[in-house]
Amino acid sequence: MNWRRVRAIFRKELREYRHNGNIIYAMAILPLIFLLQPLIEAFTIPSNGSASLRRENSLLYMLAIPVLVPAALAAYSVVGERIQGTLEPVLSTPIRSEELLFGKALAAFVPSVVVAYGIFGLFIAAVELFAHQGVATALIRGPDLLAQLIFTPLLATLSIWVGIAVSTRASDPRIAAQLSLLASLPTVAVTSLIAFNVIPATLHVALGLGIVLLVLSRLGWRFATALFNRERLITQVR
Amino acid sequence: MSGESAAGAQTGSHALALSVHGLSKHFGERIAFEDVSFEIEYGEVFGLLGPNGAGKTTTVRTLGTLIAPTSGSAEVAGIPLKAENGVEIRRRIAIMPESPGLYLRLSVAENLRCFADLYEVPDPEDRIDRALHAVKLADRADDACGTLSKGLRQRVALARALLSDPKVLFLDEPTSGLDPAAARDVHDLIDEMRQRGVTIILTTHRLWEAERLCDRVGILSTTLRTVGRPDELRDRLFAKTLTVKTLAPLADPDHVFAGIPTLDSWRPDGETGYVLAVSNTQAAAPAVTRALVAVGADVLSLAESVHTLEDVYLETIDHNQEMDNQ
Repeated sequence: MNWRRVRAIFRKELREYRHNGNIIYAMAILPLIFLLQPLIEAFTIPSNGSASLRRENSLLYMLAIPVLVPAALAAYSVVGERIQGTLEPVLSTPIRSEELLFGKALAAFVPSVVVAYGIFGLFIAAVELFAHQGVATALIRGPDLLAQLIFTPLLATLSIWVGIAVSTRASDPRIAAQLSLLASLPTVAVTSLIAFNVIPATLHVALGLGIVLLVLSRLGWRFATALFNRERLITQVR
Repeated sequence: MSGESAAGAQTGSHALALSVHGLSKHFGERIAFEDVSFEIEYGEVFGLLGPNGAGKTTTVRTLGTLIAPTSGSAEVAGIPLKAENGVEIRRRIAIMPESPGLYLRLSVAENLRCFADLYEVPDPEDRIDRALHAVKLADRADDACGTLSKGLRQRVALARALLSDPKVLFLDEPTSGLDPAAARDVHDLIDEMRQRGVTIILTTHRLWEAERLCDRVGILSTTLRTVGRPDELRDRLFAKTLTVKTLAPLADPDHVFAGIPTLDSWRPDGETGYVLAVSNTQAAAPAVTRALVAVGADVLSLAESVHTLEDVYLETIDHNQEMDNQ
């Protein structure tokens, strides 16, 4: 792996995000949707209703953010380059497929995790400042905070490789985005089931899920690299 | 951006920048190009001509390791064309595709910086500055590529191709879609690169462009039909002729043309015209003038037939289509 080439792709991608209104919009709107529901819940539950919150892990509901935001970014990564005609010049350079994909993955990972942590921090601050004290205590619990910190990057990584894999095969960026979000739904479903205590949030479950996510992410990287066929992407001959 | 590195790749006076032997590429049943063989020396400008769908771009992409050949072998910048050598080959070459393929939201300098890093060029800022000066775009470095005209984008793409000081530069239809002034700018840049000793493989539809820029050309139409210098191809395909026009018909043309050196044959062209097939026009033309003056003929014109590369191209393509149809 040549880190200068990875860094070149990473920096280029971030610059493109900065200039692309659609990407900024996608990065802003999805987290806001997932911020609204728990905020409304936190502000509307009376102090004596906080007992029900103790039985749920509502904070984990926000783990959908690191799943969906990078999925949207990663889905554009390869097919977007192909559509705008920039893939061929990039592939004409000495870059290896895994360097290109790693650079793109990193560029989707960093802003997604920053946004996810940022929104989460915003939520915590809002609850601490404006919700009833009982509600804040019931919502903000150490294990949930830890789970949020640890699972945010793990979920984002898996989501990114799924998005990139979809992007290498798709012929249209919008279809890629839809398929990528669709492919991320099972992960969102699992986090939601844990949030609403359907799947018990125990240490064993957390460890198991963490290992599964690590393994799937590693496999996802290999799978996406294997799907990245330079010849097919350039000639569009299947 | 000096030509030193290009020249540095030479290992002798006849070092080959490109050596292609029986190269073919099929996409399933469809043949993109078949059994293509040619060689290019360092410092040459080689034109790859051919109609649409002839396989020119696929040939360039294959030699640039973007797609794998179906069969045959090649050496690109001294390295065997194999999948495992892809990175090493791409380090030594640059490809400018037909579409500039720039990041339109990024500035010119940001585009070049990205590619300078991908090529791992030392001192990238200096290299970018020199590349921009070479294409006369130093004052547009901070402009977003999306705001540039097509001609300027093409120049940025050329600057990008120059960043790595390539030993072999592939230019795929570099003036496609450009207006005459922008095309002339690109021609001037190619001329400058030639003077610096860069080996250039140029695909084009514009035959006059190839005639002006290329040392040798190859005409590709799935198979490589012919390769040579434009004047060699003309000589190979067309007999040299002198066309004479007189005020009145000659009384005895056989007698007049009898002693003309290198004359192969002659035929009338209208009442007062004569077409003389000769093997050396420089030896024959003065003798024809003297013979006509000696018999008192009033000469209106004496001209050497001129065949362009376009004539060669059309003759080659037409001839091969006839052969294919038989």
